[in-house]
Amino acid sequence: MPAPALETALDGVRLHVVTGKGGVGKTTVASALGLALARQGRRVLLVEVEGRQGISQTFEVAPLGIEERRLVHDPSGGELWGLSVDATAALLEYLQTFYKLGRAGGALEKMGVIDFATTIAPGVRDVLLIGKVYEAVGRTTGARRGHGPLAWDAVVLDAPPTGRVARFLGVNEQVADLARVGPIHSQAESITRMLHDPRSRVHIVTLLEEMPVQETADAVTQLTGEGFRVGALVVNQVRDTVPPAVLDTDLDADEVEEQVRADLATVGVRSGARTVGGLLAEGRAHAQRLALERELTTEVEALGHPVLRLPALAGGVEDGGVSVLADALVEQGVR
Amino acid sequence: MPRDAPARFEVDRLLTDPATGIIVCCGSGGVGKTTTAAALGVRAAEAGRRVVVLTIDPARRLAQSLGLSELDNTPRPVGSVGADAGGSLDAMMLDMKRTFDEVVLAHSTPEKAAQILENPFYQSVSSSFAGTQEYMAMEKLGQLRAQADLEGTWDLVIVDTPPSRSALDFLDAPKRLGSFLDGRFIRLLMAPAKAGGRAYLKVFSFGANLAATTLSRVLGGQFLSDVQTFVAALDTMFGGFRERADVTYALLKEPSTAFVVVAAPERDALREAAYFVDRLETEGMPLAGVVVNRMQVLGAPGLSGARAEAAAEQLDDRAEDVNGAGPAPGLTAALLRLHTGLAEVASRHEGHVRRFVAAHPGVPVSTVPAAPTDIHDLDGLRRVAQALATG
Repeated sequence: MPAPALETALDGVRLHVVTGKGGVGKTTVASALGLALARQGRRVLLVEVEGRQGISQTFEVAPLGIEERRLVHDPSGGELWGLSVDATAALLEYLQTFYKLGRAGGALEKMGVIDFATTIAPGVRDVLLIGKVYEAVGRTTGARRGHGPLAWDAVVLDAPPTGRVARFLGVNEQVADLARVGPIHSQAESITRMLHDPRSRVHIVTLLEEMPVQETADAVTQLTGEGFRVGALVVNQVRDTVPPAVLDTDLDADEVEEQVRADLATVGVRSGARTVGGLLAEGRAHAQRLALERELTTEVEALGHPVLRLPALAGGVEDGGVSVLADALVEQGVR
Repeated sequence: MPRDAPARFEVDRLLTDPATGIIVCCGSGGVGKTTTAAALGVRAAEAGRRVVVLTIDPARRLAQSLGLSELDNTPRPVGSVGADAGGSLDAMMLDMKRTFDEVVLAHSTPEKAAQILENPFYQSVSSSFAGTQEYMAMEKLGQLRAQADLEGTWDLVIVDTPPSRSALDFLDAPKRLGSFLDGRFIRLLMAPAKAGGRAYLKVFSFGANLAATTLSRVLGGQFLSDVQTFVAALDTMFGGFRERADVTYALLKEPSTAFVVVAAPERDALREAAYFVDRLETEGMPLAGVVVNRMQVLGAPGLSGARAEAAAEQLDDRAEDVNGAGPAPGLTAALLRLHTGLAEVASRHEGHVRRFVAAHPGVPVSTVPAAPTDIHDLDGLRRVAQALATG
C-alpha cells in the first residue's frame, strides 16, 4: 500500500508523540521536531516524562524543572519551550487543584501515599504524566478556562520506548476500567479521547538495524490495532551514500588491489599492504552494511507510513547537531 | 603505562575463575546487553563452565540462535555448546507474570493463591508495574542460583537486565516494590479488611483517614477495595517479600557476583554507565569491568582522515587529466573518502571512551568493534566473545 503523503500525516497535528526502541535517538528526534516547528513560527512545547533530563542535555541548558522554560526563540517569532514532567509534583498539583488539600499534601507524602500512587498503583503514574500533556494541549490563553487562543500550536512528547508506549498511551483505558468512578476515571476518558483524535500522531524513530526495524513494525501494528494514529516513521542516523564505485566494484579482484596501490602511490600515500588491504576491508564492510540497510529501508517503506530521514552526524549530536537535524526535517516538508 | 590508558578487562580470567558464580550485565537500553550476556555465556561454556543465561527481552533472531523459540520460563540447553570442554550452556527467557504467579503459589495456600491471582489489582501490578520486571528478574536470578547450589546443575549464572531506560532502575525497583509491599501504607490499607467493614475508620488517625478517603475519592471506591482485597490476600506473604528482596540484594554484594556494565561509545550511554559504576561502588557491589560495544575500528588505522581526504582530492584532480584510468575509475578516491568518514566516527568514539576512562581511573574496560551486520548466530556470538576477551 502506498504511504500517505507527509502533509496528511503532519498537518494540523497538535500532539506529536515520539517513540522508538531504546537507543535510537528518540529525544534527539523529538527535540529536532520541536525545533523544526518553532523555526516556522510556531509556539511549541517539548515534554519529557521519564525524568531523564534528555531535553536539557540536548539543548545544553540547565536541568528542566516542573515549570515550562523557553529553550529557543526563533527570528520567525516561533518559540520552543521545554518541560520535564514529574509524577509526584503533578499529583500534588492535581490534588491541590481539585481538593484544595493545602498542607495535607505533605502528610500524604509522609504516609507513603504519594509514593504509592505515583510508583506502584498501576497506571496512575502514567495517567498523571499524560494528564500534564493533555492539559498543555488544551490550554488556552483567555481569562477563562477553555476560552481564547490556544497556548501552544503544538506539543511534542518524548515518550517511553516502543516496548512500553502502547501501554503508556493505553493506560487511561486500563485505569478507567480499574477506577470505575471518580475524577481519575473521567480524566482518563478525556485523555483517551484526545489520544485517539486525528490531531494526535505517534511518530516512530528507528535505525537501519534489524531490531529497531522489527520493533517499529511491531509498534505500527500494535498502535494501529489499538486505535492510535501513526504519523511518520523517522529513520535516524542515515549514513551518507558512498560513491557507487565502491559498491559496484568487486573489491576482491587482484587488479583492483593493484589499482588502489598504484593510485595511492601517485598521490604519495604510503601504499603498503596494510593500508591497501585496510581500505579495501573498510569498503567491503561498508558495502555489506549498506546492502543490509537497503533491505531494511524497503521494510520500513513497506509499513505504509511516510518516512523521514535524518543524517548520521559524524560529530554526534553535541554542539548544535540538533539544529542540523531540524533543518533536515524542514527540508523534507515538516511544517 | 600512560595515565589515561584503561586497565584491561580480563574477561577470560573472570569467566574461568571458579569463584565467579553470578555475572550481571547491565546498562542503558540499546547498547547490546543481551548480546554481551549471550556471548559471555558461550565463551564460558566453551571454557568448561556449566552456564545458564537468563535473558529478558532478546531480539527474535538472537533468541532463535540460542534455541529460544518460546518464552516459557524454563532453561533449555543451547545445542551442545561447550561439550568438548566439559561445559554446557542453557538459556531462558524471563516470563515476568509467570514468575510472579509462581512466587504467589509458592508462598500461600491454594485458596489464598487463587484469590490473589484473580484480583484485578494483582493482574495489573504483575503485568504492568514498571518495576515488576526488574523485581522478577532478581527473583528468577535468586531461584536459578538456589537451584544451581542445590542440584549442581550450573556453576555460573549470567543474567541480562531489563531494558530500562535508566540502568539504575534495575537496582532500585526491587527494593521499592519490596518496601512498598511491606510498608506502612499497605498496613493501613489492610487494616479495614482485617477489621471487617467500615467501622475501622474510627480508630484511624487523622492522617490515615485522610489518606484512605482521598484515595477513595481520587481512584474510586471499587479500585480501593480491589487493592484492599489484594493486600489482605497477600498478607501471609509480606514478610517473605521484603526478605526475598533483601536476600537477592545481599546476593548481589557477594564476592562471587560480578557486574559487567555494558555501554555504547556515545555520550548518553557512557553517562549511564558512569552513573552505574559510581552507584555500584557506593553500594559496595563488585564491578568486574565495562564493555563498550560497537566501537568503530579502522581497517587502515595508520592513515589519518585528513590525509585521506587530501589524497582523494589529489586523485580527483588527476582523474581529470588521465580520464579515470584502471579497472574501477574513482574507486580509490571513494575508498579514501569513506575512510575519512569512518576515521571521524572512530575518533569520536575513542574520545568518549577516553573521557570515561579519565573520569574512572582503574575501572577495567574492554571494547568490541562494530560488526557490519547484526549478530544472530552462535558464530557471531563467538566472534563478539573473542573481541571481548582480547579488546
